[in-house]
Amino acid sequence: MNEAAFGANIVFHLGPLAITDTVVTSWGIMLFLSAMAAILSFGLKQESSRRQAAAETIVLTLESAVAEVMPHHARRVLPFIGTLWIFVLTANLAGLIPGVHSPTRDLSATAALAVLVFLSTHWFGIHLNGWRAYLRHFAEPNIILIPFNILSELTRTLALALRLFGNMMSLEMAALLVLLIAGFLVPVPIMMLHVVEAVVQAYIFGTLALIYIAGALEMPEKTRESSIHSPTDKEVL
Amino acid sequence: MNIDLHSFSLLSTIVAAIIITLGTMLPAIAMGRAIVSALEALARQPEAERSITRTLFVGLAMIESLAIYCLVIALILLFRNPLLEYFLK
Repeated sequence: MNEAAFGANIVFHLGPLAITDTVVTSWGIMLFLSAMAAILSFGLKQESSRRQAAAETIVLTLESAVAEVMPHHARRVLPFIGTLWIFVLTANLAGLIPGVHSPTRDLSATAALAVLVFLSTHWFGIHLNGWRAYLRHFAEPNIILIPFNILSELTRTLALALRLFGNMMSLEMAALLVLLIAGFLVPVPIMMLHVVEAVVQAYIFGTLALIYIAGALEMPEKTRESSIHSPTDKEVL
Repeated sequence: MNIDLHSFSLLSTIVAAIIITLGTMLPAIAMGRAIVSALEALARQPEAERSITRTLFVGLAMIESLAIYCLVIALILLFRNPLLEYFLK
């Protein structure tokens, strides 16, 4: 119970590295997603087949969702955010397969994803705005606020990792507890909640990453063209 | 202070129960308020549905993470209490 709730189980050792079931499941998901991407994008034509129409629907939905928050740089950010959405969704839903734990209920996996978001925020900010404009946005309202801005960068990364981990882990644990107390087939309603929660958490993780990147990008832009952008993506921060 | 293992575990359990009670109650009130104002805004301006929904979800995620912090601390107290190590030494 103790081990099942918190840590990941070690499957085998690769030299000095211990390979946990989190890593193995992530590899499986990566393989599955790459295979799906290869199958869906194989032999694209002008007039779309059913297979291609499915792929186009997914990509266009993701793109319109990204473009809503970030109208100017949607194409640049789409690969990263879209991958996050699809990967986190698949990883969350993988917990429903019997015998498989979702990788996102391990704090190491969600922390890795959060670090990825943290680094990509700075990368996109520096890449699209330049060093000086990006560094200036840390002193945005006033120069006194630099420590607070840096602190908020760190704490929101921590919160991003903890939120996904806590949600997935608590859902899995709740199902386990109900199974222990009430017995076979009783946790099924909780597992239905798991489906809803998996989708919502994947959406939230990707959207927060998107908003963080948008915050790094569009702060200097806001001073240039003050009222063109809709205030919605600023209100959130 | 000199307490035995029994009262230590009793104390941690009670504190964990208090944490999880307050930690779900107060974010629940906050979430309710957020949803109420989102619904009011939605009734007033149905055309702004998409941005209201997105903002609402992100705000709910922010509030929810507070409840998650409480859950994590309660679980640490129950299963991986770091003070237990010093206590057993």
